[in-house]
Amino acid sequence: MIPLSHYLALGGLLFCIGVAGIFLNRKNIILLLMAIELMLLAVNMNFVAFSRFLGDANGQVFVFFILTVAAAEAAIGLAILVVLFRNRQSINVDEINRLKG
Amino acid sequence: MFEQILFYLFSSTLVLASLAVISVRNPVHAALFLVLAFFNAAALWVLLEAEFLAATLVIVYVGAVMVLFLFVVMMLDINIARMREGFARHLPIGAAVALVLVGEILVVVGSNYFSAENYPWRALGGDGFSNTVFLADALFTRHLFAFEVAAVILLVAIIAAIMLTLRKRTGTRTQVPGQQVRIRREDRIRMVRMDGERP
Repeated sequence: MIPLSHYLALGGLLFCIGVAGIFLNRKNIILLLMAIELMLLAVNMNFVAFSRFLGDANGQVFVFFILTVAAAEAAIGLAILVVLFRNRQSINVDEINRLKG
Repeated sequence: MFEQILFYLFSSTLVLASLAVISVRNPVHAALFLVLAFFNAAALWVLLEAEFLAATLVIVYVGAVMVLFLFVVMMLDINIARMREGFARHLPIGAAVALVLVGEILVVVGSNYFSAENYPWRALGGDGFSNTVFLADALFTRHLFAFEVAAVILLVAIIAAIMLTLRKRTGTRTQVPGQQVRIRREDRIRMVRMDGERP
């Protein structure tokens, strides 16, 4: 059988890829959101692996709630993105500085 | 042995797909690679006997969230070349941070504490074991309040997304529900008393 540490290492790798994605694609909000989704997937992977190896359903319930909140976050984030594009004709992160005053 | 082959196949595809997500030029391709990553993660969850969550991941993420992403990416006219500015400049620092992070995580995870002896694989329940029942038992008893809060969060997300993207257009004829409700019979109907007329 595959030991727990393999799943945890996979989760760690995914999380670091997500962090690297945030560093690399600082200009592109859509890719930033995708990198956040990758990090959430990594966390979910750890939750599911621990839930299975400890025989505890609470981990999977937590994943359920993370999926819910991530779906809500993606919907609101993309709605904000659409409104932003409608107002500025651009979604460049550097140009989002209107609140600076 | 067969399970190990499947695990390494799915996990290597997952890692390669997520590397592609953060490095391809075109955001549409990035979204499609993210779909591939989610599919492989769902397959890994099936290996972990979390079938319900694997199905949920495919339905909710691939079916809804990623379609939303693709929709928005294709709807917005994005200047890809400008979006790539700074990729090469940020590559060394990003790669360094990610490598340090992954090294630290692998040191912690690879320790003896998470070994197969401390966390052995045991069968959950007997032949008739159902992951859905296992999950529902916890979800609808101990976590019922959190479940209802999740429903409220989804409602808030629906209302917020609609209100953000709702656009008031000028020059179009629309109904005003308030006036429609407030109208009384006397405003619209005039009773006339008149004699009958012979044709």
